[in-house]
Amino acid sequence: MTKLNTYRSGPDERGHFGIYGGRFVAETLMPLILEVEKAYREARADPAFEGEMRQQLKQYVGRPNPLYYAERLTEQLGGAKIYFKREELNHTGAHKINNCIGQILLARRMGKTRIIAETGAGQHGVATATVCALYNMPCVIYMGETDIARQQPNVFRMKLLGAEVRAVTSGGRTLKDAMNEALRDWVTNVADTFYIIGTAAGPHPYPGMVRDFQSVIGDEVRSQMQELEGRLPDSLVACVGGGSNAIGLFHPFLDDPSVRMIGVEAAGRGIEKGPLDHAASINGGRPGVLHGNRTYLLQDEDGQILEGHSISAGLDYPGIGPEHSWLHDVGRVEYAHATDQEALDAFQLCARTEGIIPALESAHGLAEVIKRAPALPRDHLMVLCLSGRGDKDIFSVAKHLGVEL
Amino acid sequence: MSADPLSDGRIARRFKALKAEGRAGLVTFVTAGDPDPGTAQALLNGLPAAGADLIELGVPFTDPMADGPAIQASSLRALKAGMTVRKTLDLVRNFRRLDADTPIILMGYYNPIHAYGVEPFLAAAREAGVDGLIIVDLPPEEDEELCIPALKAGISFVRLTTPTTDDARMPAVMRNTSGFVYYVSIAGITGTASASGTAIDTAVARLKRHTDLPVAVGFGIKTPEQAAEVARIADAAVVGSAIVSRLAGGLDAAGTVGPGTVEDVLGFVRELAAGVRAARD
Repeated sequence: MTKLNTYRSGPDERGHFGIYGGRFVAETLMPLILEVEKAYREARADPAFEGEMRQQLKQYVGRPNPLYYAERLTEQLGGAKIYFKREELNHTGAHKINNCIGQILLARRMGKTRIIAETGAGQHGVATATVCALYNMPCVIYMGETDIARQQPNVFRMKLLGAEVRAVTSGGRTLKDAMNEALRDWVTNVADTFYIIGTAAGPHPYPGMVRDFQSVIGDEVRSQMQELEGRLPDSLVACVGGGSNAIGLFHPFLDDPSVRMIGVEAAGRGIEKGPLDHAASINGGRPGVLHGNRTYLLQDEDGQILEGHSISAGLDYPGIGPEHSWLHDVGRVEYAHATDQEALDAFQLCARTEGIIPALESAHGLAEVIKRAPALPRDHLMVLCLSGRGDKDIFSVAKHLGVEL
Repeated sequence: MSADPLSDGRIARRFKALKAEGRAGLVTFVTAGDPDPGTAQALLNGLPAAGADLIELGVPFTDPMADGPAIQASSLRALKAGMTVRKTLDLVRNFRRLDADTPIILMGYYNPIHAYGVEPFLAAAREAGVDGLIIVDLPPEEDEELCIPALKAGISFVRLTTPTTDDARMPAVMRNTSGFVYYVSIAGITGTASASGTAIDTAVARLKRHTDLPVAVGFGIKTPEQAAEVARIADAAVVGSAIVSRLAGGLDAAGTVGPGTVEDVLGFVRELAAGVRAARD
């Protein structure tokens, strides 16, 4: 296995994390992608940009959110000491807003006047619609028809916030197709439009940029754990679809060898059932090129992209951020998986033992905590990124439990 | 066969012949395997006689991010009928038994080629009689992936330039381009808006300052009149979505091809060709 001096230096100037990442976009977008990259580099070097972002994260988002000791869950599992990073307490109820604040400030800095975004579960769509309301910018959200049907509350939220939600009817009508449609919009409205990508994927500079905006999660965990326990955590667990909450939690710790990291993919009805029944790109896919980057993808022999499946609309994507693909290959992060059923069980356990209804996405991470914690010593400090709250999921969970609402 | 397939291959020879004739060429796009392999083969085989000077053969992909509804639907029909990269090359191989001269350029997205393997794909494509590639999601920044290996294998890599490609960027875009340059006349997806003649005129003049290669113009050309307008300005006019839509119009609700559909599509190509051929009279 490769031993590197640092795991935190990527991407290189061409947007690569090892062989992953890159800029696989149509020529029409390429000049704009280069412009975004340049603008982002300049913004990062500008203390005023950082200052405004910090201010908004504090006053508007409500950061820092707590690192919470989940005492009852810890007792019940009888092993590792479990902490939740409470991203679900952010304004809009998920980690997605961290990235949206950063990107809309960049869009304004670039003089763009119109925002587009894709959404799966609707969390990123809501977060984008929110910052667009805050900064008074017109906003179009692309969402697959299938996801619109299973995430009605978030669709209504976006509309209340003044966004236009456009139903995507191509392909499997989920997140992947919403991203295709957003890219088609962008290529058509390249002069005035900024595309706020919701996860740490897409063409360079997005994967690194979204990671940077989400790294506030890991940075806070680091100082909060220092304050609470006087040391680093022993393991970090987060769900992975595109993987923005996971990379945000992991990245600040990548060079701390004592910290173990586990990303949890959606195994749907079971990985052994084949790639139409899960959404685990690393555990059940292979490298390919889609949506601007090389990464692990669910695909058939001919390189056609497969739809995948997860009970969670936010994890139902056939790819994963390129940095995760690289971290998997070099062995720094472990990628596990949890099924729909395991996530449903964790969802209910969390509600009953901690009084917290987690997002189904986050429940996949919790399922892994439930598997690992009992075998670990009591002084093992384990952090779960509770990336979102589950209010949006109660209808689909009720359906799976056979409850009529 | 010539010693250098890039400078003296089918594409170069065809543009040389068009220049000698004093007219622009018609480049027609059809999707491999749409709506089924047999119909696609019949259509492909009939294109040269209907007046196509060069052929772009779309390699179907599940996620055609730069394409509008017509070509998206066309790709999905082909995939549903079992089309693959391998079968696309079979179509080309069969075509070559009948036609040794008309250039064929495969157009599509990178992942199906990536999955096939770049070197095996290039060897198979060359053997089948493919002359060039247009891969939408491979800008010059990713030339090492496929462009440079393709040039080494004697297959042209035709670059797309767009209204957003500015003068500063143009040399980088032209650097490894061969065969011809494809000017995408609008910022957008295929088969939607059309650019004005004046805008195309300016753009082609700008491109000609950067390259000696022939310039083909496409995106948004739907009628023989529009094709003629472009043919007065550029070295070739590309028509894709309009042909694919004509084919779609000949399918029943189940996607089965009706009698006379291939002939109808070829008839439309004949009208386009007549427009292009009369443009400079």
